[in-house]
Amino acid sequence: MTTMTEKTKVEIIIDDVAYQVNADSNLLQECLSLGLDLPYFCWHPCMGSVGACRQCAVKQYRNEEDQDGLLTMACMTPVQPGARISIADPQAVDFRAGVIESLMISHPHDCPVCEEGGECHLQDMTLMSGHNYRRYDKKKVTHRNQYLGPFINHEMNRCITCYRCVRFYSEYAGGVDLAAQAAHHHTYFGRHEEGALESEFSGNLVEVCPTGVFTDKIFSERYSRKWDLQTAPSICTGCGVGCNTAPGERYGELRRIVNRYHSELNGYFICDRGRFGTGYVNHAERLQQPQDAEGKTLDAETAAARLREIAGKAIAIGSPRAGNEANHALRKLVGEANFHGGFSAAEQACMDEIVAFAGDPAFHNPSIREIEQADAVLVLGEDVTNTAPRIALALRQSVRNRAYELADSARIPHWQDAAVREIAQHERSPLYLFATGATRLDDVAEASVIDTPSGLARQAFALAHRIHADAPAASGDGGGNAAQLDQIAEQLAAAKRPLIVAGAGNGQVELIRAAGNIARALHKRRGNGERKPLDLCLLTGEVNSMGLHLLIRPENSLEAALEKLASGEAENLIVLENDLYRRAPHARVDAALNTARTTVALDLLPNRTTAKADLVLPVTAFSEQQATYVNYEGRAQLAWQVHRNHSAARPAWQWTGEFAHFREALHDCAVSAPAMARLVEVLPDTSHLPGGGKLPRQPERYSGRTAMKANLNVHEPKQAQDPDSALAFSMEGVPARRDATLLASPWAPQWNSNQSISKFQDEINGPLRQGHGGALLLERGAGGGFHPVPEADEATGIELTPARQIFGSEELSARSEAIRKRMSDAYVAISPGIAAGHGLTHGAAVSVRGEDASITVLACVRGSMPSGVAALHASDREIDFHGLGARVSLAPAAGDAAVALDRGLGELIVSDLAQGS
Amino acid sequence: MFSLIRDTLLSQAVTLWRVFRKLFVKADTVQYPDEQPYMFPRWRGRIILSRDPDGEERCVACNLCAVACPVDCIALQKTETEDGRWYPEFFRINFSRCIMCGFCEEACPTNAIQLTPDFEMAEYVRQDMVWEKEDLLIDGTGKYHDYNFYRVAGKQVAGKDKGEALNEAEPVDVRSLLP
Repeated sequence: MTTMTEKTKVEIIIDDVAYQVNADSNLLQECLSLGLDLPYFCWHPCMGSVGACRQCAVKQYRNEEDQDGLLTMACMTPVQPGARISIADPQAVDFRAGVIESLMISHPHDCPVCEEGGECHLQDMTLMSGHNYRRYDKKKVTHRNQYLGPFINHEMNRCITCYRCVRFYSEYAGGVDLAAQAAHHHTYFGRHEEGALESEFSGNLVEVCPTGVFTDKIFSERYSRKWDLQTAPSICTGCGVGCNTAPGERYGELRRIVNRYHSELNGYFICDRGRFGTGYVNHAERLQQPQDAEGKTLDAETAAARLREIAGKAIAIGSPRAGNEANHALRKLVGEANFHGGFSAAEQACMDEIVAFAGDPAFHNPSIREIEQADAVLVLGEDVTNTAPRIALALRQSVRNRAYELADSARIPHWQDAAVREIAQHERSPLYLFATGATRLDDVAEASVIDTPSGLARQAFALAHRIHADAPAASGDGGGNAAQLDQIAEQLAAAKRPLIVAGAGNGQVELIRAAGNIARALHKRRGNGERKPLDLCLLTGEVNSMGLHLLIRPENSLEAALEKLASGEAENLIVLENDLYRRAPHARVDAALNTARTTVALDLLPNRTTAKADLVLPVTAFSEQQATYVNYEGRAQLAWQVHRNHSAARPAWQWTGEFAHFREALHDCAVSAPAMARLVEVLPDTSHLPGGGKLPRQPERYSGRTAMKANLNVHEPKQAQDPDSALAFSMEGVPARRDATLLASPWAPQWNSNQSISKFQDEINGPLRQGHGGALLLERGAGGGFHPVPEADEATGIELTPARQIFGSEELSARSEAIRKRMSDAYVAISPGIAAGHGLTHGAAVSVRGEDASITVLACVRGSMPSGVAALHASDREIDFHGLGARVSLAPAAGDAAVALDRGLGELIVSDLAQGS
Repeated sequence: MFSLIRDTLLSQAVTLWRVFRKLFVKADTVQYPDEQPYMFPRWRGRIILSRDPDGEERCVACNLCAVACPVDCIALQKTETEDGRWYPEFFRINFSRCIMCGFCEEACPTNAIQLTPDFEMAEYVRQDMVWEKEDLLIDGTGKYHDYNFYRVAGKQVAGKDKGEALNEAEPVDVRSLLP
């Protein structure tokens, strides 16, 4: 359904006009591609047709002479060459009006108190179909609502039973706790009992539901209508994927995040961290004024002067969560030799390897759309659902390629969703997981290989050798099951488009090297005729991990910086948006910060590093500044400023004083870092705007202009100017009707909901009409060779690995109120064997002792974990993870220690919690 | 020439006669403010926010008045009570911008915002023309006495369970197998 191969076009006639349309499609999709207004509910561009709602009826005629025609559902009718249909036929119009009237008979007359109102597909379609007054005089069916957790509101009375919610939630996203219940006009969409929706993608229900059954609870608490939100195109900063989002602001607060369509990346969906994890922007503790060590407020000019003053003898540590311009400005301020990456040692090693592979012509780093096309996938050690959730959703779609193959053989078109699922039954394309325990992708995986991280790496090296003999062999199959490895090797080698996924998430560089070996072996095994680059998806940890790595010299690690400071080689330290205590052993950070004469920290929220700094400079959050970020593919994308920050906070590049304008910072970054040369391509072409005009950030019907600030002063202030971009902080200017790349919130006449995106697409599921935003930065250079198998580690003790959680692992989102409601406390996941051996029970406090540190967390006993590994999740606790070293020992902690860890483990969604524990 | 003089004189005589006649007619001038004019109930004057027959705030903070306002002089923020009833956290009208067009009243789905026959709103200080909810909210139902939005709409609030709104059946028992 989403494949973008060459499409054959045929001619059909709609209301006596001839059009060229795709031959392998259905009439509804093609009518929408052509920009025609045909109402629909159950069809979704990403989920195909099921013909449930009957709203898209059209008249189809046999030939030119046929005057009667017959009514047919456009979404269920394949395109046939020469087909003649009519949307405007009175009988079809009348039928559609009848359908909407019956869908509306129990609708609860509560649009004014519905969060969907004003961007409601049901409102749009009701108007489009011409239904005004309710004639039905019998009683309305009513339903009780459920509590569905902190993210989603449930108002079942509004339901029109289109089934989109369950089709997305369970069929597309693999959720198990939302289903259709009861029958006929009693049909109910909910959970078996009240409770938080478990899926990491539950927030998409808000956008998938054509009416207000599922609405955004966080947004509802500080609600505004769509037309009142100041919006600009942005990028999600939750992980390294770089999904496109549209944040909305009102009265100076960031109110909500919705998905922004990108044909190659996120498409129509984002994850819950991205949607609900930006509350930190409105945090009460946001840094507002420059402060010195005593907490005394400084004025901005003095503070900026002081930063420049100490910069001469300073080294700077960059940030993977800050944009390229901020990192580059700091690099320029202190000089390239003194600019260090802000990665932990393990992540730095992983990033070195990831960037090296990104330049290898044997490999291709696939976009999400390409990941969905893989027909055999191997995930190596990365807990994708928790480190890059949107990729996990794409992997879930990739296993359906087997279903599409079967459908092709039975000549079933891909958009015939129910039929494709029927023929496929439980047949799936192979997905293999190498993991340290059960993951959230297990239900679609062919098999999982469970081992300690080092064990997984050895098995992966052994697998590479099985695929191609040139790859170095691991002794004794790396301790793996030979038959299973053979099976995996065979499946990968037989696939047309195999995909290997690994990442920096668990800090195991050997797993990334092993992933490289497997991909290289597969590439070598292919015949010379089809030596296409092999899909190797290496995930980066944070929004700009890739960008930061491209800006630092290889030897300039965080470790090196701390060394230079502790040894006195460098005098002063500038830390950009980085809590060093999350990146390095606390003792080493303390030593460095204590020796540094002056430490300047630029950040947006107070943390352990800003607490120790001699000068703290407040910076703007992602929605308050313009910045470019580079995602895991090496795709640079521009996030526009959405709203203004009214405190003294400013973008970090402004604090350095190196550049007067954003464009200068961006251009200089592109010029001075060779890998960033293409960065300038992210800037849109605004030459077509009439009279050098600007594009409005506010919709045309933005309300309250002359009243919202009238309580402060009845004389309205001048509109804020934005010298740095083509967008204006007002509703004046030419709306980006045609240039969808500059359009945050799609709208078309009669289409107020997000479904209006079809008016901006080339064709359904295709790129936006002006192309998609972003520029792929990385050039493929010289090829590399196989990596040697690492020596088996003889050390004793329990191997320590990080456990990632979608809610809690990312630093800033973990400070958002909404996310905190779904966060578990810090825990260490261990096997039942280890737990029994150490006298630990699930939920009890455990003391974890390592090389230079000892910490107390909760024990999480997981049945599927191998013995010999402890997976530590720090949550938002101040835990010296890096001080623990590679091996740890465990012991029960004092009984009252668990009380301090009061968030517990109740929010943890894992399938393998040991029974009875 | 002669006829022109005749016509002019005649016209002046008629005018004099008419003015003279008015000496015996009752004057139209109203001695405002000592004498108050009669204001029609639908006269579009000072805006108020009304309460429903149960004495609760009628405004549900739907924002339709604000978006209908051609001069954008209404700003409000939705909030919610514990039981799910929407109401405005603040509701502000900048009367120095208001053109008394009545679009807000037409847009209001709950009859909350109403224009009243009061035009005496002049102020010496322009800032005093900014009215907040406390200034706008009255104790009665205004012009529309019976309408209660929450008795009609399906949303559950305190004192009105699911199935108790106008024309609603008892909530469905999802577990039941009966047709």
